[in-house]
Amino acid sequence: MWRYVRILITCARNSLVRDMSFRTNFVLETISSLSWVLMNLGFYVLIFRYAPEIGKGTGWGQYQFFMFLATGLLINSVVQMVFMINAEEFTEAVRTGALDFVLVRPIDTQFFISIRRFDWSALGNFLLGIALGVYALGKMGHLPTALQLILYALYVGCGIAIYYSLMIALAAATVWMGRNLTVLDFWFYITIFARYPMEIYSGPVGGVLRWAFTFVLPVLIVVNVPARMLLRPLLPQSTAEWMLPLFGLAATVACLGVSRWLFQKALENYRSASS
Amino acid sequence: MPLRWRLATWWTLLQISIEERLVYRADFALGTLMRFLPIVTQIFLWSAVYSAVSDSHDGQIVGYTYHNMVAYYLLTMVSRAFSSMPGLASGIARDIRDGSIKKYLVQPIDMLGFLLVYRIAHKLVYYAVAAGPLALVFFLCRGFFDGWPDSTTLAAYALSLVLAFLLGFFLEATIGMIGFWFLEVTSLLFVYMLVSFFFSGHMFPIDMLPGIWGTLVRAIPLHYLAYFPAAIFLGKVQGSALVWGLVIQAAWVVLFCILSRVSFWLGTRRYSGYGG
Repeated sequence: MWRYVRILITCARNSLVRDMSFRTNFVLETISSLSWVLMNLGFYVLIFRYAPEIGKGTGWGQYQFFMFLATGLLINSVVQMVFMINAEEFTEAVRTGALDFVLVRPIDTQFFISIRRFDWSALGNFLLGIALGVYALGKMGHLPTALQLILYALYVGCGIAIYYSLMIALAAATVWMGRNLTVLDFWFYITIFARYPMEIYSGPVGGVLRWAFTFVLPVLIVVNVPARMLLRPLLPQSTAEWMLPLFGLAATVACLGVSRWLFQKALENYRSASS
Repeated sequence: MPLRWRLATWWTLLQISIEERLVYRADFALGTLMRFLPIVTQIFLWSAVYSAVSDSHDGQIVGYTYHNMVAYYLLTMVSRAFSSMPGLASGIARDIRDGSIKKYLVQPIDMLGFLLVYRIAHKLVYYAVAAGPLALVFFLCRGFFDGWPDSTTLAAYALSLVLAFLLGFFLEATIGMIGFWFLEVTSLLFVYMLVSFFFSGHMFPIDMLPGIWGTLVRAIPLHYLAYFPAAIFLGKVQGSALVWGLVIQAAWVVLFCILSRVSFWLGTRRYSGYGG
């Protein structure tokens, strides 16, 4: 276990050294991703000029929604920092046959291909997420309890794990497809549904989407559950509100398990591409 | 070269480009279909926003009802299908950086003309492949439209789409030419993409921008890429404002056509190619 922690730290350090070797590029990338987030934030500020909340009676007012956005930012920035670049490199390694060099190493392949590179430029978004969250909580005059913060951290972790599972499963599909440049496209189009509070999916079609993206492909759990931990009263009003966090834990374990199984299956089918 | 030969050359180039684009047609069709998914979340987001807006603003945001807003997003997808030029500026900048631009300098072919024909071919294939999914999406969402606009509006809409294509092409080509002066333009292109997404009206109708921001955005050409055609279709721009809008859009096309030509001419004067 300790060996794996040491390898993780080494990979993180090496990536930082690499990123710092191209400092201007690092600064530009950080500014680019921050600008993208700020522009999105500007869009929501515009919306709240015209509407007091997202969905009548849902309770997602401007600052509650900012807290939701902050949670999404924290989760997405960690996924971008640690896993996204590695998933891309994995798909390329399958195509070129470079995965052979990882398979012969005395280390768990999934672990190594998942943490080999760190994209430190996503750290800016992470810090912005914390700042936005603190600002939103301050504006609401809401001081979370220690238990709420612990549960929040736990469910942010669950969110990251669910996103990671989805990404690694999509990347593993490369082995069967030969070339899968659309991994990130798929990921983007699926996770787009998790960008908003689940209450917006109402009506017959919305109900089906909400059910499917909660229980089949649980991306709606990712941001909704942790954000609720800070915003909603800790004693839930309905059975559904009790069940969702519990289901969140089960869904995280299931996602990690299924993606692990898929990844192992993919490795069994890997045929290398070298001559 | 006689005009007949010249036309034959461009026709051959168009055919080759269409063939090339159709090689990965399954991947292309799947990608096209996926691109419609974000509209689903937009429909639900705006439905939630409008449910809260009903009482205070007469159910409207800057004159857009909920149905108008969804129709607007669907129409900007069509606008962007005409005006977006993926890989054009970065392709030109890459050709300058790695030296492959010299093929245009030594061959009797005009680079901008070639790229324009190539882009037309790509767009034609895109419309052919996207027509099915697009028709399906519009059919499913037909309830968001108040019916077809009159023939004059439709003609103005079609013209604005063609102008949006040309403006998108020459604007991006001009940006790509900056590569003659700065070898690495990736960050610059990202900034352009960001500003374009926000201020072209792709993200929201620019009527929502308050005060000076609205005036500023109307003064730059980006909103002709997505907002303007959609606004014409929805009847938000009419009468003399419509005519003037089309004239200004055409003027921007001419300006960027000249700018791209001049920057290519100036750029090739300072360009140096080494190696074989």
